[in-house]
Amino acid sequence: MSSTDLGMPTTAPDGVGFLRGSEPFPAAAHRALADTQLRRNLGHATRTIRAKRAGVVAEVPDWEELRRAGEAIKADTMARLPELLEQLEASVTARGGVVHWARDATEANAIVAGLVRDTGADEVVKVKSIATQEIGLNEALAEQGITATETDLAELIVQLSDDRPSHFLVPAIHRNRSEIRDIFLRAMPGVDPDLTDDPRRLAMAARAHLRRKFLSARVAISGANFAAADTGTISVVESEGNGRMCLTLPDTLITVMGVEKVVPRWSDMEVFLQLLPRSSTGERMNPYTSTWSGVTPGDGPQTFHLVLLDNGRSNVLASEDGRSALHCIRCSACLNVCPVYERTGGHAYGSVYPGPIGAVLSPQLTGISGPDDPNASLPYASSLCGACFDACPVRIDIPNLLVQQRAASIAAHRTPTAQDLAMRTVAAAMVSPGRFRAAERVLGLGRFAGRSGRIRFLPYPGSQWTSARDAPAPPAETFRQWWKRTRS
Amino acid sequence: MVEADALVSAREEVLARLRAARDAGAPRGGVPPTPREYRRVGALAAGSAEVVDRLEETVTEYRAVVFRAAGPGDVPAVLASVLEGVGSVVVPPGLPTTWTDGLAVTVRRDDPPLSVPELDGLDAVLTGASVAIADTGTLVLAAGEPDQGRRAITLVPDHHVCVVDAAAVVSSVPEALARLDPTRPLTFVSGPSATSDIELDRVEGVHGPRRLDVVLVGPPRA
Ligand code: SF4
Repeated sequence: MSSTDLGMPTTAPDGVGFLRGSEPFPAAAHRALADTQLRRNLGHATRTIRAKRAGVVAEVPDWEELRRAGEAIKADTMARLPELLEQLEASVTARGGVVHWARDATEANAIVAGLVRDTGADEVVKVKSIATQEIGLNEALAEQGITATETDLAELIVQLSDDRPSHFLVPAIHRNRSEIRDIFLRAMPGVDPDLTDDPRRLAMAARAHLRRKFLSARVAISGANFAAADTGTISVVESEGNGRMCLTLPDTLITVMGVEKVVPRWSDMEVFLQLLPRSSTGERMNPYTSTWSGVTPGDGPQTFHLVLLDNGRSNVLASEDGRSALHCIRCSACLNVCPVYERTGGHAYGSVYPGPIGAVLSPQLTGISGPDDPNASLPYASSLCGACFDACPVRIDIPNLLVQQRAASIAAHRTPTAQDLAMRTVAAAMVSPGRFRAAERVLGLGRFAGRSGRIRFLPYPGSQWTSARDAPAPPAETFRQWWKRTRS
Repeated sequence: MVEADALVSAREEVLARLRAARDAGAPRGGVPPTPREYRRVGALAAGSAEVVDRLEETVTEYRAVVFRAAGPGDVPAVLASVLEGVGSVVVPPGLPTTWTDGLAVTVRRDDPPLSVPELDGLDAVLTGASVAIADTGTLVLAAGEPDQGRRAITLVPDHHVCVVDAAAVVSSVPEALARLDPTRPLTFVSGPSATSDIELDRVEGVHGPRRLDVVLVGPPRA
């Protein structure tokens, strides 16, 4: 690191962590689309969650006001991110915590490994944390001889099957119950050989498997959903109680948090604790939310480290439009409503951030190295139907960002074709969802539909995979109109 | 460590990058003030018979079991029936002794603090709560409150019995947060532990207490 780099917003380094797949989206999507079991699993799971979410959102009369407040709090946070982080650091430090700063994945991994080594432990328990997946922490710890055990049920399924997560909320959403039973029978030491695929029995098997680890663990690693700058209060939102186990029983707690997770005030939690659970698991409230500030004598870990991670976030923040991708609270609602995600699943996106938000966040975190960069294709992993904006609890205008990203990618790396120029024109028109919808009608996605009523063709590089998609698109309707009609 | 090799600290550099980015991406026209037009106060009055009834509904929907005690004097009798068949129970240091005096249960007070294996050997935990949220069916435990104790005691035993006074019941999430002290550890509990990780269906009972019983103390059903 030379001093000339100081102060320049920087993308995440290549070669560490999981922000980029090995092949472009069209190739990966093509394979996923051929997997009928995968499509059945995803279709079933996303249908279930969409219905639950719609029910609990409908019962909140001020849902739109909450969304607007959430959006504005996040925009305010981004406008004074460095100041808020300094305030958070002071609050956490005053309450006995230790704050570390990491420029990138490599540095964060080194900090965490060093902290674990200092405790003398060679085993850690982990609460689901997408930030630690992003930086490849488990792999980095393994290189140092430290075993990290994932304790979230879905993460455990992913870990036991040597798989990769495919969803924020349910990393093993691509697996059905009988596949999960087979994974447990194969890879869970001491499991009952008569295990059935009853979800309750599967959950009990996970409980038995992890209980001894929880009760004896000395070090835990977590992520954070929110961190209030004014009080230094960190929040972890979860369901199973594995989070509580990790946050309460060990001596040492290490929390790894992307810098964008800070919120200005503890009182802002009154907005996010309403928006997140209903958008995420489709419940009025998730079973457990834990909050803590620094260290509490006589209760919980007596050593607390907070690692603040950049890893490309400064690069996202530097873009006036693009920075709203940092507003994401990882509820996964946009994944669950996305017709592309529903068909391809999360792995096709390559990054730990899949779905519509991943398609706009990952390329901004990594930057695009050229037309062959797998992340260059992500902004095309969308039919621009707009469902993600409607579902997003903090009103991130993902369709607009997708189009901007397409235009940016074109401007930076290729001699534009006529199709690209059309896209760029559309991008310029898209300053609001309303105008977006108008522009979409003009562009008429229906014109890409063949006689069979299936979308056969999308502008390059979408054209590489549209042949495999089976989304019917009656020419008289926009994709969004069709979607609304067929969903209701 | 990486930091030692660097010309500037990671802290200085990350902050410098973020300052540059904050300015480069600053929205033209600035950031508007946050609109707070959402409801700060819910539909039902805090502590009212109606809000307690609503809490009973929302808690029950998570498959927790709700019991009613007409007043503080009835709590011991209700607890005796809730804890029937339970062998041992841990209680926080400041739980009213009148609640447990007549119980046919081994009562272990968490004072001095019990070890994790000791907690693991107990059947149940009995606590109060700081606030309950009727809209969402949520109980909030504030660590260190005399009748709530350390976080570990409500986590390790498999059965949690929580006594909630009507005066602690509010309608909405904002009302609840306004009553809580964020500098002490808080645990928001909505039903027994559960997972949605298998095909996105809720299954009760994973690592936290698999059984949650709630005793509501206060006005009879509206
Ligand atoms: S972009 Fe919005 S809808 Fe998608 S995961 Fe993030 S917060 Fe949820």
